[in-house]
Amino acid sequence: MIRLLDIQKTYDNGTKALKGVSLRIDDGEFAFLVGPSGSGKSTIIKLITGEIHPSAGRIMVNGYNLTSIRVNQLPYMRRTLGVIFQDFRLIDKKTVWENLTFAMRAVGASPREIRKRIPYVLDLVGLAGKGDRYPGQLSGGEQQRVAIARALVNNPQMIIADEPTGNLDPQRSLEIMMLLEKINELGTTMLVVTHEKELVNRFSKRVIAIENGRIISDETGGYYKNE
Amino acid sequence: MNKSRNLSYYLSEGFHSIFTHGLMSFAAVCMIVACLLIMGSFSLVALNLERELGNLERDNEFLAFVDESYTREQALALQTVLEAVPNVSQVSFTGKEEAKVNYADQYASDANAALYSELPDEVFRDRYSIHMEDISQMTQTIRAVDAVEGIAGHRAAPEIAEGFVMIRNVAAGVALVLILMLLAISLFIIYNTIKLGTFTRREEIAIMKMCGATNGFVRGPFIFEGMLLGLAGAVVAFFLQWGVYTLIAQAIDTGEAFQLLTVIPFGEMWPRVLGIFAGTGLVVGTGGSVMAIRKFLQV
Repeated sequence: MIRLLDIQKTYDNGTKALKGVSLRIDDGEFAFLVGPSGSGKSTIIKLITGEIHPSAGRIMVNGYNLTSIRVNQLPYMRRTLGVIFQDFRLIDKKTVWENLTFAMRAVGASPREIRKRIPYVLDLVGLAGKGDRYPGQLSGGEQQRVAIARALVNNPQMIIADEPTGNLDPQRSLEIMMLLEKINELGTTMLVVTHEKELVNRFSKRVIAIENGRIISDETGGYYKNE
Repeated sequence: MNKSRNLSYYLSEGFHSIFTHGLMSFAAVCMIVACLLIMGSFSLVALNLERELGNLERDNEFLAFVDESYTREQALALQTVLEAVPNVSQVSFTGKEEAKVNYADQYASDANAALYSELPDEVFRDRYSIHMEDISQMTQTIRAVDAVEGIAGHRAAPEIAEGFVMIRNVAAGVALVLILMLLAISLFIIYNTIKLGTFTRREEIAIMKMCGATNGFVRGPFIFEGMLLGLAGAVVAFFLQWGVYTLIAQAIDTGEAFQLLTVIPFGEMWPRVLGIFAGTGLVVGTGGSVMAIRKFLQV
């Protein structure tokens, strides 16, 4: 569960990115966070992942109070999250299997756990049998599936997808979004940041719209208004 | 988390990283080798000088003459007083008659031997031969012996001892300055090698952090890389030191100009040399990497 209470964030250069944002995303929810560039979407993601701290307000993420969290607790909070990026951020010199192993090793998984978990996740994202490929040998859509598999592999409570379809064509984008929906149905909370209006409108999900550092609408089953 | 599993991961990653940044790693190892070789060479010279100084201390003595007005009994009574003087290790008494005989014997083969043996008794005085524990304290010891009531004077040649002490001190001083400079350069190069590593692997580090890797897990491979570089430098330096020392020792042993010098065999010292080299290599390697990742891996 994510809870943001009256969050304000002013960067060192004086930019006021968030001006009193309050938000609650419950376990098992699927929510879109939409808004134009510079509206504060990325700032919210960075606050949730603990990369930056708020200037004022309170943040709770999966039971961790990020306002007062100790530095040595931050990795354990991050293990409850899986993050997907627009540019995939895969390690090119490692195979698909090695990319996933790398993520599991980082949290101390045993070789046995790794051998058991990776085939399951690859099958879930539709990449069964492609574990020995390098990212460069895969299409954009497949690379994003690897990134989703990596986010899933440590069994997080929540997945945060930051513009996951930004580099994909409409057909691949739809497939990725459907995959995220399927993962959500299996119980993982999903927060998808995007500004792709058509895609959002195809799914009847909660849409949180942000503009100029303030939430301007938050409707379950709502549609992205891009006017 | 299984610690041995992590250790093998750190080792393999650290080892792999050394070859990824081959040139920088090579430069770092070369610097450590140079540093340890210079440190080792100066230390071994100092160690040999120390041994020579020890021999000199054993052989070196000065004479303290007893006041002429003292009877033999009074002169003998001074022995315990002299033995109590700081830095005095051994005291031996020679009476004036014995001294005269010794003197005559010394010149027995001389053409004018009769001249020496017929010297009047009053020319000689009772005397003590005094040995010291620390030859560098010779001047102070002579002063303290002179201050003893009943001692009328002394005969000593502190120049040789002072010369040896000066050479030893200069060698130690030069070695210290060079070692500090080279250690600083080695640290700097290791720091840059590891910094380069953190830069080329910044994507991996960001992913690890995002997945929830702890600070220790992210830093582990870099620390091991530094340790391995330090150890590699130490091992190479040890074998080079061994070779260089053995060559020089052979030259001294066979050279006519160095007949008075005896060189300590490397076999007597190698465990200590290896230990110090490995320790220094590890400290420099680990120190350099800790400095680099402290700044660049704020997790």
